[in-house]
Amino acid sequence: MKRKFHFLLCSFAALSFSCDAQENGPKIQTPSTIDYSYEVVADSIDIPWGLTFLNDNEFLVTEKAGILYHVVDGVKKEVEGLPPVYVRGQGGLLDVAIAPNYSETGIIYFTTSSPLGEEKGGHTALYSTQLEDNKLINTKLLYKGDYNTKKGQHWGSRISFDDQGHLYFSIGDRGNREVNPQDITRDGGKIYRLNLDGSIPADNPFVDNDNNRKAIYSYGHRNPQGMVTHPETGKIWVHEHGPRGGDEINIIETGKNYGWPVITYGINYSGTPITDITKKEGLEQPLYYWLPSIAPSGMAFSTSEVYPDWKGDLFVGSLRFEYLERLEIQKNKVIKREKVLDSIGRVRNVEEGPDGYLYVGVEGKGILKIIPKS
Amino acid sequence: MRLLFSILIGFFSGISFSIYQQKPLEQSIEDGKEIYADFCLQCHLTKGEGVKNAFPPLAKSDYLQDIDKSIHAIKFGLKGPIKVNGVAYNGNMINQGLDAEEIADVMNYILRSWGNSSDVIITEEKVASIEK
Repeated sequence: MKRKFHFLLCSFAALSFSCDAQENGPKIQTPSTIDYSYEVVADSIDIPWGLTFLNDNEFLVTEKAGILYHVVDGVKKEVEGLPPVYVRGQGGLLDVAIAPNYSETGIIYFTTSSPLGEEKGGHTALYSTQLEDNKLINTKLLYKGDYNTKKGQHWGSRISFDDQGHLYFSIGDRGNREVNPQDITRDGGKIYRLNLDGSIPADNPFVDNDNNRKAIYSYGHRNPQGMVTHPETGKIWVHEHGPRGGDEINIIETGKNYGWPVITYGINYSGTPITDITKKEGLEQPLYYWLPSIAPSGMAFSTSEVYPDWKGDLFVGSLRFEYLERLEIQKNKVIKREKVLDSIGRVRNVEEGPDGYLYVGVEGKGILKIIPKS
Repeated sequence: MRLLFSILIGFFSGISFSIYQQKPLEQSIEDGKEIYADFCLQCHLTKGEGVKNAFPPLAKSDYLQDIDKSIHAIKFGLKGPIKVNGVAYNGNMINQGLDAEEIADVMNYILRSWGNSSDVIITEEKVASIEK
């Protein structure tokens, strides 16, 4: 019924706007048999934005409204000591991730929409912290985007790491696409790279000019809300919300320009065009683009033996169609797309736990663990 | 002298009657249009038509007849089952973090767009008076 509804919706949308280009394959499939179930491991969270595991039985979840939960064996407690969170539009408390050397340092990173700074409004900030007796201690501001704006859109912001001591995080274009994404002297519409202590790596691509924001690693992004380190290549994979029909997956390379808003496969929500080109020399093409847009949020590879048929596959949450999407990828090409947890609700996040299971953040529900039936 | 006196009276009474500077309705509607595009449009869509069973319509919506309830929904969020124009919805609209002036502006815009009409002018003061 729901599928039929979506089909109808699309037909009407097509009739009334008449400008969504043809669907980009491979077509999303519904599996004929479902050989998994799920279990709720943290309940009653409106928008479970970020998730990170401290060990097999403990994890942290951010609630966008500005709450950090520490969940131990299914019991969730609020953590005290957060810095100011600017809850506005799509902004609030965002991602959380343990450091690669967490077992020695106890360091945890998180991103939040922040009101700090001179101007009214807010921008995305990255912090490091430690957890002690349900309180955050030694909390340090590592990066704060500026200039603040009261726009509610496009804060990013996911966190990931490579194995060479770097942290990556994203900031969206903050609702100012004409100015921010293509200007490397300004924040917004970028992927950033820092050392684990927050300092700027000497080999970052734009460190040679003092006017540049030296933490920038790549630019020309709209609103990246999914980021994961590829388990084999170690490369940073990112997806971003495009405009209507322009959601993308990209592999991030140093200093490159991913094109927003000069090129895009999408159009404005109102149906009017943004640009008439989808390709241009010097601007990167996406590995994949979703048409229609799925509104992607959260991103993970399955690397364990828990789901033998899914090993190596990419998982992405869909806010719009309310499923988890599984993508089979061969030689950097998407060859199959399939719905997992169809009609589950707005999927905000997906992570692979240290136990190899996939954990999914669903709005209004909480954190779900996917369990194979066999 | 008399003129000066009345100016002074006018000045002070202006302050004592209201701490809110009410902007002209046209300006409020224009500002509200921008707020709508930034905070509301993604779900309620460009003509306020919404998505049946998922996001309630604002165009010709019977829900808007209750102004206080509508302001409350924008100010504090709205979660759980409601009926709009006879259709059931059970969603969660989160609090967008708009201030009283912005809520007044977007209400003034919504009340006069897509076939809606209203004589009511929503003021910042009115929004401030709506309590959780």
